[in-house]
Amino acid sequence: MSLSLNAIWFVIVGVLLTGYAILDGFDLGVGVLHLFAKKDHDRRVLLNAIGPVWDGNEVWLVVGGGALFAAFPHVYATVFSGFYTAFMLLLCSLIFRAVAIEFRSKRESVRWRNGWDISFSIASYLIALLMGIALGNIVIGIPLGADKEYQGGFFNLLNPYALITGVVTVALFMMHGAIFLALKTDGELRSEVTRWVKSAIIFFGVMFGLLTMATFVFAPHMADKMREIPWLFLIPTLALLSIANIPREITHGRYGLAFVSSCCSIAGLLALFALGLFPNLVPSAPGPEFSLTIYNAASSQTSLRIMATIALLGMPFVAAYTVAIYWVFRGKVDTGHFHY
Amino acid sequence: MSVEILARLQFAFTIGIHYIYPPLSIGLGLLLVIMEGMYLKTHNPLYHQMTRFWVKIFALTFAVGVATGIVMEFEFGTNWATYSRYVGDVFGSALAAEGIFAFFLESGFLAILVFGWDRVTPKVHFFSTLMVALGSTLSAVWIVVANSWQQTPAGFHIVGTGVNARAEITDFWAMVFNPSSVDRLEHVVVAAWMAGAFLVTSVSAYYLLKGRHLEFAKASMKVGLSVALCASCVQLFLGHRSADGVAHNQPAKLAAYEGHFESDKPMDLYLLGMVDEAHGRTLGFSLPGMGSWLLYGDTTRPVPGLNQVPIADRPPAARVFQTYHLMIAIGMGLIGLSLLAGFLCLRGSLWKNQLVLKLLVVAVIGPQLANQAGWFSAEMGRQPWVVYGLLRTSDALSKAVKANQIIGSLLMFGFVYSLLLALFLFLLDQRIKEGPLPEDLPGAHGGTHGVAAVLAEKGLDV
Repeated sequence: MSLSLNAIWFVIVGVLLTGYAILDGFDLGVGVLHLFAKKDHDRRVLLNAIGPVWDGNEVWLVVGGGALFAAFPHVYATVFSGFYTAFMLLLCSLIFRAVAIEFRSKRESVRWRNGWDISFSIASYLIALLMGIALGNIVIGIPLGADKEYQGGFFNLLNPYALITGVVTVALFMMHGAIFLALKTDGELRSEVTRWVKSAIIFFGVMFGLLTMATFVFAPHMADKMREIPWLFLIPTLALLSIANIPREITHGRYGLAFVSSCCSIAGLLALFALGLFPNLVPSAPGPEFSLTIYNAASSQTSLRIMATIALLGMPFVAAYTVAIYWVFRGKVDTGHFHY
Repeated sequence: MSVEILARLQFAFTIGIHYIYPPLSIGLGLLLVIMEGMYLKTHNPLYHQMTRFWVKIFALTFAVGVATGIVMEFEFGTNWATYSRYVGDVFGSALAAEGIFAFFLESGFLAILVFGWDRVTPKVHFFSTLMVALGSTLSAVWIVVANSWQQTPAGFHIVGTGVNARAEITDFWAMVFNPSSVDRLEHVVVAAWMAGAFLVTSVSAYYLLKGRHLEFAKASMKVGLSVALCASCVQLFLGHRSADGVAHNQPAKLAAYEGHFESDKPMDLYLLGMVDEAHGRTLGFSLPGMGSWLLYGDTTRPVPGLNQVPIADRPPAARVFQTYHLMIAIGMGLIGLSLLAGFLCLRGSLWKNQLVLKLLVVAVIGPQLANQAGWFSAEMGRQPWVVYGLLRTSDALSKAVKANQIIGSLLMFGFVYSLLLALFLFLLDQRIKEGPLPEDLPGAHGGTHGVAAVLAEKGLDV
């Protein structure tokens, strides 16, 4: 029982954060690409493509953060206070992104719009980069003490491996966002977007290759479990197949399937990350005995059981109406009715 | 300054600014349900135009609310790590419920509420409005439950000792229905309705004074005023119930509210005054024994005072007294104003009464100030505890965070939140000046201009 509840919550937190990466990932990608569109009309199309959904997508982060607090309070406390400055930058970026989307098109002034366009793009870029950096640090481990507190400073976080994961995250979201835009735009803008898709795939491919090599150098332990249990090689295989399938679908002009592949790639990469981590949540390095695991960082069994009941009752509804709402907003951006 | 003061300043500042928006969302949510419901029932195009106008304002408050709200959820971990470890097990279920039942619901259906007018049928749209309103109210439910647990902990036991002690949940429903949660929840939600309703009456009164969009303004005023009047009057009883609960559950807090020191004496009810904490007395105008009468129906019954609380455990009575009395004064003022305006509205003379209309324009500030003052009273009155009687605020901080880091983030939030507030007010002003749009009358942009033409013929404002 003990093993299953803690492991279930590991999976739930993972699913919520994966949901966030897939959903807000394309919003962030659109944000990073935003400045590549030069005309005001085109920029408005991009904003309207994510307009109805970005807010709901961000909620996945809020709920993921809440689930972390609830199920693994020690992880939430240690990481959020330990990465204080990085989290403050992240919060600042999240606020600026939201504000830029909402306020950008409310005035005609070119300076006003350019200002918000730049804010929107830089903020989206920073959000993706910082999350990637956080992920990279978790992979290689951070210095923790016996009191479960973080022992390093802000600049410890900016190590080469984490910077690579940061840039890979940006590249991944750029590709994901570009493919999403190819589904949402048409005409001249769409032919421009398809060029972005190709460049983004190449950028991501190169960075992903670099990350794979860096992982063998800096974090060889990520593959330990696969050596012990060979069928787990299925996960990286599937992740690689999804990634490889993206350019294939694009060559055939099937952007819908390319988007599905892109979603699967994100899920696959995060599954790979989770597999390497399990049962740790925050590995400590040096001093692995101080690592936070799904056991020593978790809430009580009673609490985990109550929350699992709540999640079980609620999540089917959430999934159902999220799909319904995306269905309502399917198809190309309606350029006759700009909201943003 | 110490880490504790800085962390408290940052929390107070960020939550204070954040709390401008959720009450407006909750309140406007209810009003939107009423407006759109009226449209579906009566098919009066004015209600449709009204709903569309207020949806835009709602979307604005919601967006800024989300942008400022995400900070709150992270801030427990960044600045109050020890607190997070202590309460995580208990708060977990409330937070899980909030995320799954409230946040997903409101933000998901918001897309249809704001962008879905032409994509779904009117009934599905109304359902979405209902879900958004329900979602924002549910988010208040769970966050007030969690906050009330900090005031009156229940349904838990303490595991570990010293720095490793933490609360673990034993009984979910006892945690949810802890002694103060129902009282405080009702008080908070009705206060939010007041915030929304007084915004609607303020904007309507502004149009009436300017002689613009008159039919729209009169109809909006009637809806807004009905909610404002009901909510304000109900709040009188709920506020009293809340104070009654505080007297039972947190006597030191109630003593601070009323500046009551001597435990062997009945409690006076101050209308205006100042607490002299150093000498343990309160100066000002009071109704002798009325505090005791309100609580126990007996002007001579003694009420526990601050002097029976060790000095180290006393809340900052001088400040709490003022914020509490400010809240009550504003609440009374709003009851008076809504009764007066309601009476004039029934007699048909409100539309011409410049003075009352001007008061209604300004009154939008009232619920906002009262909300802030009320929460400051509740939270400062809980001090020096972060979890009442169990965990001191000074023990709840993040050990890994230094004062200069908080100074940095405090400056950042000061800048960003001020910018946000300025932008919010600027855009709100722009929306209000733009007014209801003629194309928001049903049929106006669907090809048939029938309804708009009929209204124009009748001389209605389109």
